[in-house]
Amino acid sequence: MIIKSINTQRLGFAALFVCIIIALLVLGSLIYFIFSNGISSFSWTFFTDIPRKSMTAGGVGPAIIGTIYLVIGSIIVALPLGVITAIYLCEYSPKNLIVNIIRLSVNNLAGVPSVVFGLFGLAVFVKLFNFHVSILSGSLTLGILILPGIISASYEAIIAVPQSLREASYALGATQIQTIGRIVLPAALPGILTGIILGVGRAAGETAPILFTAATFYARTYPTSIMSDTMALPYHIYVLMTEGTHPEVQKMIAYGCALILLILVLAVSGIAIYLRQRQRRKYG
Amino acid sequence: MDNNLKETVRVKADNINFFYGSKKALNGINMDIYANKVTALIGPSGCGKSTFLRLINRMNDLVTSSRVEGQLLLDNKNIFDKDVDVVELRRKVGMVFQKPNPFPKSIYENMAYGLEIKGVKDKKFTDEKVFESLKKAALWDEIKDRLNDSALRLSGGQQQRLCIARCLVVEPEVILFDEPCASLDPISTRKIEELIIELKQFYTIIIVTHNMQQAARVSDYTAFMYLGDLIEFGPTEKLFTVPKDKRTEEYLTGKFG
Repeated sequence: MIIKSINTQRLGFAALFVCIIIALLVLGSLIYFIFSNGISSFSWTFFTDIPRKSMTAGGVGPAIIGTIYLVIGSIIVALPLGVITAIYLCEYSPKNLIVNIIRLSVNNLAGVPSVVFGLFGLAVFVKLFNFHVSILSGSLTLGILILPGIISASYEAIIAVPQSLREASYALGATQIQTIGRIVLPAALPGILTGIILGVGRAAGETAPILFTAATFYARTYPTSIMSDTMALPYHIYVLMTEGTHPEVQKMIAYGCALILLILVLAVSGIAIYLRQRQRRKYG
Repeated sequence: MDNNLKETVRVKADNINFFYGSKKALNGINMDIYANKVTALIGPSGCGKSTFLRLINRMNDLVTSSRVEGQLLLDNKNIFDKDVDVVELRRKVGMVFQKPNPFPKSIYENMAYGLEIKGVKDKKFTDEKVFESLKKAALWDEIKDRLNDSALRLSGGQQQRLCIARCLVVEPEVILFDEPCASLDPISTRKIEELIIELKQFYTIIIVTHNMQQAARVSDYTAFMYLGDLIEFGPTEKLFTVPKDKRTEEYLTGKFG
């Protein structure tokens, strides 16, 4: 009986191990594939120049900058809105049916296909508000796209802050705002940071929401203001792979773009993980 | 207990009823709490002693759908009056909780928090208050070299003494202890008890405890509560040796509770 259960346990561990290996292999081969194909395009001009000779030469500078602008813009839109919403839901709202409906809606919003956000952005920001196809419209659209994620992450982080810390703060004569600002939010910061990382990754990689709201096929210059349209890495990859007359050359440039995108997202994750670790080391 | 000594009433409960929703948790509590004395609240779980304690700094305000009737006078002023500033009240009435709850910040930041939220900018004044309070709480010698360490790295007993020190910084007049030793080992418990006895010369202290020996060791007055009623209140020595009420005697001798 004992031997049998030990064997079952070994089998279980083996199965888990195989699953991990498969997952790591998929991830590893993806990174290897992108890296080995993309690295050949890398050069100083590739990062700084504009595309030349119908996208077979030059660089993708405007697309890199465009993506960075869009990511920053969408975080500026989504972060305050998301965190404040989460604070309201956790700390201020009465715990009743309406709040549950709001939370349910937020969670459902996270499941809406991104192209639907794109159409919404086109209808509201581009047309109704007359922001045209621009970084502003794209940032707003991407911001709304990542908003549910930021709200959920912040909500979970804030609700997980022990009630005893709030009580300690109130008992020392703190107001609710002081308690939230000085105790609750700093304690929830690691969780909120996680939400931001996921949001950055999504905003940087999404194509559909910027298709009608921000992205342009080709730009001869860097974007000059938030009202200009812009190239962006994911859309540029799409263009490289579907348009043009030199598919083989363009394919390699597309891999180069994919690698930049990967590095950008990993860099942001890295910074966030570093910040989180530092916070934990300091007060863990 | 020397009853000839004139004692001033610092907190006076006048016919307090308290409800959680429709459930009545306190039935007409009348109690005098004397200045510079330790008053212990004892009784079985759910008897309302923590509820009563949390009324004194209006911590129960945080409980939605709760309701209070009657008056609680602090220096002859009803703290439930509309014009009472609850922030001011909580500065006057400090509280130490069941589980040590230091903020996830440094020891110094924990200590300075009470002054920081009060808007004190004077670094020198803050330093003075912080050091003084740490000394009062008998913690200074142990931690003076690591004020910038995380408070979470302290032991449980040190954390609890830090919480006591933290509440001294804002110069309260009354300190509420809600089972302060419930999660501590015997040695830490003894240190906290010595500290409480030490502190009563400066403050009025009310302590909720499940530990009857603790009540006997630290308190001057004891209130025995049962099912939301105040059954008996009197000098600790009398209450423990010649309880008037049969229920008090049964509880003290371990027949229930």
